[in-house]
Formats: sequence, structure tokens, C-alpha cells
Amino acid sequence: MLEYNNNLGDIVDQCISKAKQSGATDVEVALIKNTSETVSFRNKKLDESDRAENIGLSLTAYINKKRTSVSSSNLNKENLEKLIVRCIDAAKITPDDDFNSLPDKELFFKSSKELDLLDDTHIENSKKIEYLKEAEEVAFKNPEIVNTNGSSFSESKTEVILGNSKGFKNGYKTSNFTAYCEVVSKSNGNMERDYEYTSKRHFENLLKPVELGSNAANFAIRKLKPQKINSGKFTVIFDKRIAKNFLNYFSNAITGSSIYRGTSFLKDKLNKKIFSENINIIDRSDIERGNGSKYFDNEGVQIQNLSLVKNGVLNDYLIDTYYGRKLNLSSNGRSGGTTNLYFENGDRNLKDLMNSNKKIFYITETIGHGTNIVTGDYSVGAAGMMIENGEFAYPVSEVTIAGNLNDMFKRIILANDLQFNYSTNSPSILIEDITVAGK
Amino acid sequence: MSKILKNSELDVSSANSIVSETLNKCDDGELYLEDSKSEAIVLDDNKIKSSSYNSNLGYGLRAVTGDVVAYSHSSDLTKKSLNESSKNLKSTLSSSNGTYNFEIKKTNKKYYTEQDPIEAKNFKSKIEILNQVNGYVRKKDNSVKQVTATLLGEHKSIEIIRNGGEILTDERPLVRFNLSVMLEKNGRKETAVYGIGGRQNYDAYLKEADWKNVCDEALRIASVNLNSKPAPAGEMQVVLGPGWPAILIHEAVGHGLEGDFNRKKTSAFHNLVGQRVASEGVTIIDDGTLENRRGSLSIDDEGTPTEKTVLIENGILKNFMQDRLNARLMKTKSTGNGRRESYKHVVMPRMRNTIMLNGKHTQEEMIKSVKKGIFAVSFGGGQVDITSGKFVFNCTEAYEILDGKVGSPIKGATLIGDGPSALKEVLMVGNDMMLDPGIGTCGKAGQGVPVGVGQPSLLINKMTVGGTQL
Repeated sequence: MLEYNNNLGDIVDQCISKAKQSGATDVEVALIKNTSETVSFRNKKLDESDRAENIGLSLTAYINKKRTSVSSSNLNKENLEKLIVRCIDAAKITPDDDFNSLPDKELFFKSSKELDLLDDTHIENSKKIEYLKEAEEVAFKNPEIVNTNGSSFSESKTEVILGNSKGFKNGYKTSNFTAYCEVVSKSNGNMERDYEYTSKRHFENLLKPVELGSNAANFAIRKLKPQKINSGKFTVIFDKRIAKNFLNYFSNAITGSSIYRGTSFLKDKLNKKIFSENINIIDRSDIERGNGSKYFDNEGVQIQNLSLVKNGVLNDYLIDTYYGRKLNLSSNGRSGGTTNLYFENGDRNLKDLMNSNKKIFYITETIGHGTNIVTGDYSVGAAGMMIENGEFAYPVSEVTIAGNLNDMFKRIILANDLQFNYSTNSPSILIEDITVAGK
Repeated sequence: MSKILKNSELDVSSANSIVSETLNKCDDGELYLEDSKSEAIVLDDNKIKSSSYNSNLGYGLRAVTGDVVAYSHSSDLTKKSLNESSKNLKSTLSSSNGTYNFEIKKTNKKYYTEQDPIEAKNFKSKIEILNQVNGYVRKKDNSVKQVTATLLGEHKSIEIIRNGGEILTDERPLVRFNLSVMLEKNGRKETAVYGIGGRQNYDAYLKEADWKNVCDEALRIASVNLNSKPAPAGEMQVVLGPGWPAILIHEAVGHGLEGDFNRKKTSAFHNLVGQRVASEGVTIIDDGTLENRRGSLSIDDEGTPTEKTVLIENGILKNFMQDRLNARLMKTKSTGNGRRESYKHVVMPRMRNTIMLNGKHTQEEMIKSVKKGIFAVSFGGGQVDITSGKFVFNCTEAYEILDGKVGSPIKGATLIGDGPSALKEVLMVGNDMMLDPGIGTCGKAGQGVPVGVGQPSLLINKMTVGGTQL
């Protein structure tokens, strides 16, 4: 049994019975409570403090195959009752959809090992400021660092409670500690910015302030005096920080919704090879202290660990109840998306990849939203460094890279430097023969 | 008189005394109250896929001293919670010794109706329109494989209670109709999105001719793209169509002219006031006063009346966009650009409707003058790095230009440029200024706010087009 606040649990129960009384045949209620404290620091002193206390309740009512939802931050009993009546009234005139329903009872969350997602430590604002001060001081030791866009430290505690009229009711608490530092470097007229970021369930797992500040500074300094290169085909390495974007495109393209609706470049690719032989993609919900770990999905369904891609072959989709029924598949607990999604390590080290070609464009950031999940067409702005003979030669900016994901996926080569820093994680990625548009 | 507090257990006089006690020794600040309602009705795959209604109530208490901001917000609108917030602010700013600035401009002007668009049209008729839209689109073109039509409505009441008891209020309607279609022909799929909206009731945008026009436009763009060929890669001349392509202005110079980045000297524009930042003939304004427009506001989220702010006049940088904090620190006046997404967010300088005014050239002239380049008619989103000035935006409808003639459509590509220099590369400004259809949302520091853009056709000498064809 997981732990949650009983008073909030009672509100969930009351809403379910009120909706049933008002004519709902089924009801689902989710309550999320979040408290957070954020401190921003800039140029040696406090810049901004923000304390937040938010609560939100959302209720979905079914009248047989009709469904509507309401949500509110106002938990006043009268307000909730009014909203529930409004919801039922709307449901009555909403057309039927045969696929609308709560999950099957046997799929509900049953048990899990302890995931250790809550660190109850409260970090006083003065301690947060100390952390940020240390990070910025380290960054400013570099003469090229002339300014800061601000650093921030945020502590957040969240409680989730979910209940429905099929008897499911459970909840759990999580915490998040996040520190961010963004500094500005300058050389002659050119200014560049870059950042480092750390986010963990437990305070003790955060990057130390020294690392945060010196990484941010080094990243911003190495971008100074960039060149715009001539257009051409290049071997490209994606830094880990952005390599994970490919997993996001991948997961967007295999949601039940995009597969059923046909709006995905990976439609009809199940059991087919979409990556090279040695590539595996895992989505695991039960990593202890994992940033993406959770006990159950947004519908209360037990989350299965998935080998989405095995030896290059697409093995599974991300399925919730609604699209599961449409696709004649059973929900695998992905209402709310992926959990801890990652590429398994490749077998080459990064240095090795950097030496694989005389000239390699090492990309540290992309800008823009030029990814089309329907066609797989990909075109984004890029900046980074030119590597010549295995060594960083000069920074590059104001160029674009373009291709098609169907083709790029097949040519992904993975390094062996996977780390679990985010909820989606990738080792560095190398792809040969990418069109770079510059001068 | 506070309408929002009337229905809560917090009374006006307690609120006033907590505000004045909190802000007594501060330079600025306020209690911001918000009561908002929103709805979303989505038709997808021939069915009403979801309908939701959201009602939110909350407050944000802000204290400002020097350049330090302390903020505390909650959805629990009670005296107890507000006292907690006050305690938190006072402990953060314990050493503050400021003088409260009571001065704030007043206005009676309203640029939109006070009505709640959600209540002004009944639920059933909204569902009927979505069904009609779906039927019309599918009947019009048999290559249509998927239709998603969305109605979004919102009504936000805000109240700003300042130290001394002054209450400034605004009632803001906002609606949007959006259509996304996917076409499939000869094994090839393409999508297109189009929409309309603004600060009026639904009926102002949903007359039959209006929604049909949205459908026709989405279908037209998707069909053009079904025949598109790979885009070129490299630097070339670019002709931009009028209207929505003005997100170029928004990204290339708009963000860089927001007061906070310039006060902090992290914008590429911070030391360029009075200097040439664009070609002669380029004038750009940020206007919060256009009636019923998506980016318009009667007062901003600090209570300052909005205005028409000249940013760039005939190529020379004139003004930044300011909220009260940045204006005070830069020794100027707020331009009514202080905005926040909701009570959960702190105020910052944000754009409203950012517009480039007419020049004297025709689009025809521009296209004729281009030997090799592209003609970009419609865009998806954009993004900018304020510090380096590099910005991108994504074409969703574009054509190649060869020897002064518009040729085949090309696939969506990202265009990249450098903000401070891009507008100096403007060779011709058109005489066909158009505002966008009312669909823009701008993101900054995790906050999304509705904005508008507008421009005439433009000829830009040099931009990098991110295609695949070398």
C-alpha cells in the first residue's frame, strides 16, 4: 500500500459519489497537490523568490459511452458540486463513442517494489541561495564569463491521488530538486549563453554547485567566436544533452493515438527493423529514484516495463485504455506517456566516435521545432563545435541540419556513455552524411 | 469593490491590510487575483474525442524591492493562506527599505467585450459546428484521412489590489477555432493546421463563411505540400508573405527588445538604442490597443494601461518593451507590457501585437527581383537565443523562386538567421500589411501568453534555408 493524505482521499471519494448520484455511470477523479519553493540568484544576490501552493482536481464522468471532463483549483465543496452537475449536463448531450471506458479492473495497479521517490528534506531558502552563490562564483572565476542570465534552485513536493468508480483508489508522494545555472560569455562583440541543469528526486543526488557552475561556464566559453560553415554533408555527433530528443520523436511516433490515427512515420512498422541491429530502447517505470519513475499511470493501470526496440526491431507501442480498445490491444500503462525511456549503451566510446572521421560536426544544441512526426521530415537550427582529427577545432553556429527520421534512425550509432540525468536519456549519437546548411 | 473576493472567505479589508503590511517598505508590488474559466472541445477521427471545462481561482502576492522580486501564490484564497504568503515575502525581503510607488496610470478604455464566450454559446451548438466542419472537410477532398477540429474558449477576470487599496480590474475573453487535416495521396501524407480567434465571442469567428475559410485554407496548404519537393540548403534570398510570417519579427527582434534582457544586458540589442538595427523603411510597433485582437489588453497584468509602443522607427531602435520593475531600474516608464500566464506566474515584459508597418513595394516586385530563392507563405513556430541573437522559424508552405518566378512547392524547412543583422538585410518592405488570424501563443521562461503579429510582404537579402538539397 502506498501512502497518501486521507483528507484528500476523502474529497476524491465524495466527488465520485456526487457524480454517481447525479447520473454518471462511471467516474474517475485525480487530485494533484504541489508545493514548491524556488529561489533565483543573479550577480551575487537574490533575484527572485517564488513560493507556490497548488491543488488541482480533475473529474471525468461517463454516462455509458458518453464522456466529459471538468477540472478546478477551487476545492470549495459548493464549487465542486456545481462543476460536477455541469459535467454531467454536458456529458448527456455529448455524442457516444464506443471506445470510451475506464480501464479493465484486472489491469489496475497491484503492487510494486519501493521506488524511493520522496525525499522529505526541506532545504531552507538561505541554503538554496548558498548553493547558487557557490555555483555562480565558480562560473565567474573565468574572465570570459561577464554576465549571468540567472541561476535557480527549486524544491518541489507533489502528491497524486487517483480514484475511480470501479474501486481503484491509490496515491503517492514524490519530490523534485532542480538547480539551473545560465551564464553569458563575451569576447569582442560576441556574446554567448549556455547552461547546466540538474534535477533529481533526492537532494543528495544533485550535481554539486561547483560542477554546475563550472560546466555552465565551460559550455558558454567554448561557444565564443563561432563560425558559420559552408553548406555540405557532414558526419555529426549529437551531444547527450540533445541526443535524447531522438527518443522523444520516437516515442511521439509510437503513441496509440498517432498509430491509430495514422499520423506517424512509424505506422505499420511494428515487428520491422527501424534502427540498426544492435540498438535497444527500453521504457522502465520502476527505477529507484528515477526521474520518470511512477507507480501507476494516469488511469491507475499497472505500468509494464517495455523493450520498445529490440535488436533494431520495433516491438511495442505506448498504449492507454482508449487507443488500446481502438487498436484491439491492452493498455500497457502509458496513459501519460513514457516513464524512464533510454537507449541501451552502444559499444564504442565517445573518443572513438570523435576519431571516426577527419572532420565531424559535434552538435551541442538545436533550436526550433522542425520535426514532422507524420512524414519524419527533420530540419532544425544547430550550433556546436567542429572536430578536426579528433580534437575540438572551433565553434559553429547559425546553421541547420536536415534529413528524414526514417533514414536517420537506421544510421544511428551509439556511444557507451549513457547516464540517467533526465527521465529520457541517451548516450551520444553519431550519424554520418547529414546535410548541413550554412553559407 | 472586488467581485472575486465577494465569493471567497477572504474579505477586502483583510486583504488590504495584509497587502499594505507586506508592501509597506517595498518599492512596488500588488495582490493579483484571478478567476478564470476555460473549455476545450475536440473533434477527432469523426468523433467528439474530448470536452473539458476548467475553473481556476487563485492569487499571487508580489513584493518588489530594488531588483529583487519575492512572489508567493496559491489556489487557496483564504486569509490564512494569504498571511502565510505575506510571512514568506517579509522573511525574504527582511532588510528592505524602499518607498512604495503609488503612481499608476488609469484608463476607462476597453478593447474587448466583458462577456464570457463559454456561456454566450450553448454547448450543443458548439458540438454541432464541429460536426459540420468535419463533414465539410471530408466531403470536399477525398484524400482527407484525418480531421481534428478544436474549439477553445476562455474567460479570465483579474483584479490587482495595490498598496493603499486601489483595485484595478479587467475581464478578458479569448476564443480560438483550430483545424488540423491530414491528406494521403499516392502513399504520401501531409498535414496542415489553420485557425482563427481573438478576444470576442465564438460567433464572431464561427459564421459559416469563416469556418469554411479556415477549412479551405488548411486543405489548400496540405494539398500544396503533397506535391512538395525537398527544400534547398544554403544561403539565399527569401520573400516572406504578409501576416503570420511576422513571427520572424517576433523572434528576430521582438524578444531581444523586452526590457528584462536589456536591463540585465544579456540581449544582443542592449546597447543599440538610437542606432540603426534595420533597413530604412522598417518600422515596428508593439500594440496592445487593437480591438478584439488576441494579443490586446485593456490593462496589463500589473494594471498599467496598454499602448502602441514604437520599437523601431525607419530602421532606428527607439524603445524597449517594459513592465514596472524593469522600467524603474532603467529610469523610464512602463509601456504596459507587464504580463503573466496566470496567478501561478511572476510578471515579466512580454509582447502584445507586434507589427511591421507598410512600405511601398508590391509582392510582385519582390518576387520578380529574385534570381534564386524561396517564397515563404506560411509558418509553424519559431524560437530565438536572445543572447547570441540567432533565431529560427519553420516554413509550412513555401515555394522555390527561380529567375523571378514562383516555382514548385518545397518541403517544410527551418530558416535560421541572426536577429541584430536580419532586419538590416531587408531589401523591400511591401504595401500589403496583414495581421495574423489570431492563433499565436508566445513562450518565455515556461510561461505561455496569447500574442499577435503582423507584417507586409518582405524581401530579405540573405537567410540560411535548412533544406536537404545542396
